[in-house]
Amino acid sequence: MKFKHESIEINAGLLIALTLIVVSIGGLVEIVPLFFINETVEQVKKADGTDAIRPYSPLESYGRDIYVREGCFLCHSQMIRPFRDEHLRYGHYSLAAESQYDHPFQWGSKRTGPDLARVGRKYSNEWHTQHLLKPRSVMPDSIMPNYPWLMKNTLDYSDVVARMKAQKTVGVPYSETDEEYDLNVKRFGKDIADRLDINYAENILLKQAEQGNYDGDKTRLTEMDALVAYLQVLGTMVDFKGYKEGYFSEFR
Amino acid sequence: MSEVKQDKTKQGSVQTTGHAWDGDIQEFNNPLPRWWLWGFYATTLFAVLYWVFYPAWPVGDSYTKGVFNNITYKVGGKEVTTHWNTRALLMKDLQEGEEAVKQRKYMSGLMAASYEKIVSDPKMMQFTRSVGKILFEDNCAACHGMGGAGVAGLFPNLVDDDWLWGGSLKTIQATIESGRRGYMPGFKKTFNDAQMNDVVEYVMSLSGKQVDEDMAKRGGVLFNGQGGGCYYCHTSKGTGMASVGSANLTDSIWTVAKVSSQKTPETKRKVIRDVISSGISREMPMWKARLSEAEIKVLTVYVHELGGGK
Repeated sequence: MKFKHESIEINAGLLIALTLIVVSIGGLVEIVPLFFINETVEQVKKADGTDAIRPYSPLESYGRDIYVREGCFLCHSQMIRPFRDEHLRYGHYSLAAESQYDHPFQWGSKRTGPDLARVGRKYSNEWHTQHLLKPRSVMPDSIMPNYPWLMKNTLDYSDVVARMKAQKTVGVPYSETDEEYDLNVKRFGKDIADRLDINYAENILLKQAEQGNYDGDKTRLTEMDALVAYLQVLGTMVDFKGYKEGYFSEFR
Repeated sequence: MSEVKQDKTKQGSVQTTGHAWDGDIQEFNNPLPRWWLWGFYATTLFAVLYWVFYPAWPVGDSYTKGVFNNITYKVGGKEVTTHWNTRALLMKDLQEGEEAVKQRKYMSGLMAASYEKIVSDPKMMQFTRSVGKILFEDNCAACHGMGGAGVAGLFPNLVDDDWLWGGSLKTIQATIESGRRGYMPGFKKTFNDAQMNDVVEYVMSLSGKQVDEDMAKRGGVLFNGQGGGCYYCHTSKGTGMASVGSANLTDSIWTVAKVSSQKTPETKRKVIRDVISSGISREMPMWKARLSEAEIKVLTVYVHELGGGK
């Protein structure tokens, strides 16, 4: 029997199935191999052999959720590209390793505001709080909206354990058992492993908020605390002075 | 128009696909336009050439790296050659790009020169001003404002000659490099209401405001005694100390309490009282991890020149 294109065109089910196959080829060819190529995610170790990039602490993780909730990614990217002008303005280009624990990543595709990939510790906590409440009080020509509720809303961290477990399911190495904790000690060092233990999630969160006092109000734990804690860690995990020049271009 | 088209089909002068819907709806089978076809062949050829010259196809746990397209850059004086990739391209651009080479020449000139030499050399100053402006806007302006005027009560003004941490080139450089942490404890538990009012009165009197003499006198005792201990940081004259970043209270330049913008004496007293009772905790971030030595030097001169460098 001679093949006729018409037989596909008049069979809706077959047409849908074949269309899906054709459309997905682009994704299969471009994305799937990245999971198997060794150099996709860079090896970023500190001098003592532990991983430089760690998962977010519980408080930072809440901040990240607020970042997503408020739609910050609609105007702010988190992806410094390897171009000279971006290098001069924002710093070292972003590494794939730096968003390996981001689910989903916040690279973004629109810069109405500046890139935030390395905003961590660039400004003080006081500045972030003031700027989020009233952007125009520090940047008169800013078009960023005010976010006054961040300071009013108490942070609801009742589901902290469930959230960390959910992240763990998709591969973020928070620890639940002793074996997992020991692995984290080896991988990140004890100080950081202690902050990734799901069993103490609530204590870890409260301690960081207490010590950091991100929103300047020690009496309350607000959404502002969480968001500023998240912003202050962005892009700060890798100390690029510890790697020889050109090290990261070997991964491409 | 429609009539013309209809005529064509009727006469059967155009080839059709042979399908017919609803009895008489047919589909033309025109050949693709020549220009389109050649465009298609050209892009196909482009893709094949691209596969050869650039990183393209995944192979196992690696990929084809492309040939005849290597990039050579330097690491510690040694040449490194790698396949084409944007990261190596950036390295090369930063090392050999026309702008980069030009800027590095000026920057290394600045690094070699002393501050006195830079300030007295018009050419170096011209470069410092133009680069400093960009660096300032990218890094400092978020707090200190585009022009350096700061935000009253929050972020210090850099265009006047009043300095919390010192206004010499050396102290400005230290401030930028390592950052500063401004701290004053809150006194709401130390002073009762009457004592607080007395201290506020004394602070007002330091800069020559009209005050209640008796209250100010009592406030002075608290300020300069163990009761408040304000003089530890602000000195007994109230002139402040650059080593701890304490404000000069005698010069009518208010760096924290927004006194100048208040209309009535009552509100002026209120903003001072607020600061004394809650204290201050401010931070200037450190920049040595983010900026190069040369960039910090440029910014130091730029900030020094903004207003009243000392």
